[in-house]
Amino acid sequence: MNKILEAKNINKFFHDPIRIKVLENLSFSINKGEFVSLTGKSGCGKSTILYVLSTMDTDYEGTLLIDGEEMPKKNEPFLAKIRNEKIGFVFQFHYLLNEFNVLENVMLPGLKLNKHSREELEYRAMQKLKILGIDQLALKKSYRISGGEKQRVAIARALINDPHIIMGDEPTGNLDKKNSDLVFDIFNTLSDEFQQTLLIVTHDPSFAERTHRIIHMEDGRIII
Amino acid sequence: MSNKLLINIAKSLLLARWKQTLVAAVGVTFSITMFITLLSFMTGLNDLLDGLILNRTAHIRIYNEIKPNANQPINSIKGFKNAHNFISSIKSDANRQAIYNSNKIIETIKKDVRVLGLSPKLTAQVFFNDGSIDITGSIFGINSTEESKLFHFDEYVVTGYPADLNKINNSIILGKGLADKLLVVIGDVVQITTSKGDRFQLKVIGTFQSGIKEFDNIQSYASLITVQKILSVPKDYLTSIQVKLKDISLAPKMSKEYEQLFQTDAEDIQTANAQFETGSSIRTLISYSVGITLLIVAGFGIYNILNMMIFEKMDSIAILKATGFSGKDVKRIFIYIALSIGLFGGMLGLFFGFSLSAMIDQIPFNTASLPTIKTYPINYNPKFYIIGIVFSLITTYLAGWFPARKASKIDPVVIIRGK
Repeated sequence: MNKILEAKNINKFFHDPIRIKVLENLSFSINKGEFVSLTGKSGCGKSTILYVLSTMDTDYEGTLLIDGEEMPKKNEPFLAKIRNEKIGFVFQFHYLLNEFNVLENVMLPGLKLNKHSREELEYRAMQKLKILGIDQLALKKSYRISGGEKQRVAIARALINDPHIIMGDEPTGNLDKKNSDLVFDIFNTLSDEFQQTLLIVTHDPSFAERTHRIIHMEDGRIII
Repeated sequence: MSNKLLINIAKSLLLARWKQTLVAAVGVTFSITMFITLLSFMTGLNDLLDGLILNRTAHIRIYNEIKPNANQPINSIKGFKNAHNFISSIKSDANRQAIYNSNKIIETIKKDVRVLGLSPKLTAQVFFNDGSIDITGSIFGINSTEESKLFHFDEYVVTGYPADLNKINNSIILGKGLADKLLVVIGDVVQITTSKGDRFQLKVIGTFQSGIKEFDNIQSYASLITVQKILSVPKDYLTSIQVKLKDISLAPKMSKEYEQLFQTDAEDIQTANAQFETGSSIRTLISYSVGITLLIVAGFGIYNILNMMIFEKMDSIAILKATGFSGKDVKRIFIYIALSIGLFGGMLGLFFGFSLSAMIDQIPFNTASLPTIKTYPINYNPKFYIIGIVFSLITTYLAGWFPARKASKIDPVVIIRGK
């Protein structure tokens, strides 16, 4: 199997106010096309490990490999490029830029990557919006759409550069039942039809049960 | 492409808070406007005041000073060779105020490439006779063409034509105060008595107003030949030669050189009018420091607004970083924001500064001492505009740099987890 993401002996400490170990020797890997959920109680370190895996948090011990390549801890521009190219993010909050419309928000990481022309990107962004069923909102300002729609725009933004892996931090945490089912269905479709690799942090057991694999964490350790 | 994208993001951020942007830009505009106006006006006034004296003063004046003979008889006594001798048996010789060999000197100076031109001058002390009273005055014998060309003589002649001095025999241009005292107008004849007792009648062809009232009350101008006639001296008799240089800064060096070369006295403008140079440089210094202070204040305004903007846009910065924008990119976005405020505000400032100085230029300014000045003086030196725009960009860049650096250091994890 093709390992997209591999964590080896990850240890992490919080230093403030006192030194606490939050991640204890974590090792696991995620294969291409897998739909993995990361569960656990609040404070078990599941978000913390996600931010380590996302390369945004570099204050850890151990080795992180994305696509077989070891991530350096100091080279910020390089890590930014990796995030841009290989990782898509969906957070609990949508974090859309109010200054731009929906289409521009989706295109932004693509424009940064600068692999396709603007016209091509526009077409690709529309494709992604169509998959998520919100292409009719493309030209609306991003603050003029509903919460569920915003989260779907955020997913489209995560997809724009065809990332190796999509990481989600409680992407349904802020949504009602109907919208959170909708978001799950989208993830499921992405996994089944497009073989998209997904790693989703959640504390919703019904969400986790429906994924391919559950990684359960307790006190900074992986249980299963 | 990447740069274009960053500029685009900067533009969107700016326009989203256009009122705030406008306030920042107005701050820059105001300070640049004031900077330009202040400097144009101050420099205009400076030039005017300097011009009052400096334009009319020779860069080097060659003359013969009345002084005791340096070689007194007591010096030739062997016993007193090394003593301090203060007995002057030979008195100062007032008869030779004229410059020796003046024709040769003029020829030599004219050949000097550093010299713009020269104007010979002859001064005569006379009495203007008006009924029972005699008014003490002086007549300058000049070459009116050279004098106008080099020392703006024509600008001070308020009635009549300076060129007529050469055309009409025995003609004179009187100072305005003097003409008023003598109750004469153009066409009238004034009678003068020289210090030797000779009487002459001269025809008034004009009056001048120099801006310095004391001059106007006692001075008058006639052609060189007329004055030589009055004094009954030969044609090469001159009391001073006024030299104007191409580069005024060479004056002190050249005056020493001429002193050596012609064995006469020479005085440079820097020595003669030191106070004017000091005054004008201090005035310039004051206007620059006020202008630059204004710009720095505007810079703090931009700093505050950018700081606030970064605080408001924390989320946006965090997501930009999460989706692959590096700290450098974020920093550049905020630098672009600052620079565009500086450029936009600065350009408007240049425009308003120009308009305001043009308006001041129209305000009437009539003063008896300055006959040629009708409105407040303004100096439209492009240098001020260049300094203004460059400085506005530098200030806004610096004002943007610190907030931008702060933005680039924002840790996306802290922001995103905080929600």
